[in-house]
Amino acid sequence: MAAQNQGYKAGVQDYRLTYYTPEYTPKDTDLLACFRMTPQPGVDAEEAAAAVAAESSTGTWTTVWTDLLTDLDRYKGRCYAVEPVPGEDNQYFCFIAYPLDLFEEGSITNVLTSLVGNVFGFKALRALRLEDIRFPIALIKTFPGPPHGITVERDKLNKYGRPLLGCTIKPKLGLSAKNYGRAVYEALRGGLDFTKDDENINSQPFMRWRDRFLFVQEAIEKAQAETGEVKGHYLNVTAGTCEEMMKRAEFAKEIGTPIIMHDFFTAGFTANTTLSNWCRDNGVLLHIHRAMHAVVDRQRNHGIHFRVLAKCLRLSGGDHLHSGTVVGKLEGEKGITMGFVDLMREDHVEEDRSRGIFFTQDYAAMPGTMPVASGGIHVWHMPALVEIFGDDSCLQFGGGTAGHPWGNAPGATANRVALEACLQARNEGRDLMREGGDIIREACKWSPELAVACELWKEIKFEFEAMDTI
Amino acid sequence: MKTKRTLPKERRYETFSYLPPLSDQQINRQIEYMVEQGYIPCIEFNENSNPAECYWTMWKLPMFDCSNIQDVLTEVRECRTDYNDCYIRVVGFDNIKQCQVASFIVHKPGARGY
Repeated sequence: MAAQNQGYKAGVQDYRLTYYTPEYTPKDTDLLACFRMTPQPGVDAEEAAAAVAAESSTGTWTTVWTDLLTDLDRYKGRCYAVEPVPGEDNQYFCFIAYPLDLFEEGSITNVLTSLVGNVFGFKALRALRLEDIRFPIALIKTFPGPPHGITVERDKLNKYGRPLLGCTIKPKLGLSAKNYGRAVYEALRGGLDFTKDDENINSQPFMRWRDRFLFVQEAIEKAQAETGEVKGHYLNVTAGTCEEMMKRAEFAKEIGTPIIMHDFFTAGFTANTTLSNWCRDNGVLLHIHRAMHAVVDRQRNHGIHFRVLAKCLRLSGGDHLHSGTVVGKLEGEKGITMGFVDLMREDHVEEDRSRGIFFTQDYAAMPGTMPVASGGIHVWHMPALVEIFGDDSCLQFGGGTAGHPWGNAPGATANRVALEACLQARNEGRDLMREGGDIIREACKWSPELAVACELWKEIKFEFEAMDTI
Repeated sequence: MKTKRTLPKERRYETFSYLPPLSDQQINRQIEYMVEQGYIPCIEFNENSNPAECYWTMWKLPMFDCSNIQDVLTEVRECRTDYNDCYIRVVGFDNIKQCQVASFIVHKPGARGY
């Protein structure tokens, strides 16, 4: 039986007539999205919100006769709520429900092409930002997610009850493969779990990928034999083509390296999902860098919030993902950062606007992605990092390792000592935020490596109490 | 040139291996934390500490109904007596997350005292 319609009438009609449906109750199977919308002056908020729903689903600017060959009620996106953004002039949160049928199974690329496609260039809008997505469980179940997840990674590495420690090898460009491997060896033997290729190291003339992989693997094996602890280095397999990327990944597996690395955003979600599936099939851990994210997530009123990219990456697949450090940054960021850290590693996250989480998200037992805190951190930050990120995280000290006056190995030891001193104190019931400085100073008494690092970077103040008030 | 001599080559593995060896009192406090978190303690021993070997031998079944922290330390001491030439560690299981969540060394071969 055909759906009822009034016959074809060509012409332009208001989007709201079809796409603004405040009486609609979203279904459990709908994909929900929250956009922060800034209409052009004079454009009605509800009409603009309906236009967003239309342009990101079935609609176009004018009525077409083929609309009558389908059942729009089954396929259209619906704006079901519009709310002014508190404290902002002419900004609105608009909530849109998309039927499950609009999306291909297991394709983040398809979800993003719909949701953040043409609509971001829409003339009636001054700016638009995708704040959050609720993936329905029905869609979640079509994604295998991280290749291994936090639990399996720990079991493979035999490291429990503490954050992992890493370090990016510097300078980021210009070392020969052999010198690079030496820096890796020194950092790992000093007590780090991982070292990392910088994101822009791919395969340049000064250090081709194959040479780097081989020297680094020798460094890993030597440090592992010496310390009796599992070690790894994120070998960056990001390349100009998927074929080349896969070739590098295959070689990394052949030489027995435990973890490889990929830049998911510059390479794209399709390439990332392919690599992640390969990692799952081949038992290789996958570290994910996020170059280019700030281009789309930094502006408050336009782009895509990082929590959406983080959710998408968890579905596309990655065992580690960079997530910021919180410490030393602006007030207010802690709640937001911990919001998307939860979205990366927890199985169920409740709606909490104060942490930027617009929808309750259930991952239906999908493995978690480990957050990586990296950039500008050193030994004095350790108490705060342990307190904020907890055990299931990877803390990366680049300059904070290689910048040690005695070199990489003692630099690594200083970080490991600081980390374990903080964990021991935390487990004994001490308050890291209040006593962090004392705990580090006590450890300096028996660790000359830590004492020198502390002297170099001086004490930072622990003024974190206020951050809990968000 | 005034620069520090390099780090000695040392075998250092497992959590807390970069701290001075834990005293029995310190071990007790770590076990207390484990039990407070709802983790199930278990004692394991092995002849070597090869990182590629996942499984060490369980001293007894995991202590599922551990209410007295002191009992765990008593078991650690008995294990040390029987397997003085082995490595011994205390691990913790979380039956909600269904995985191991803690592990640290409490004895190395030949160590006396404690």
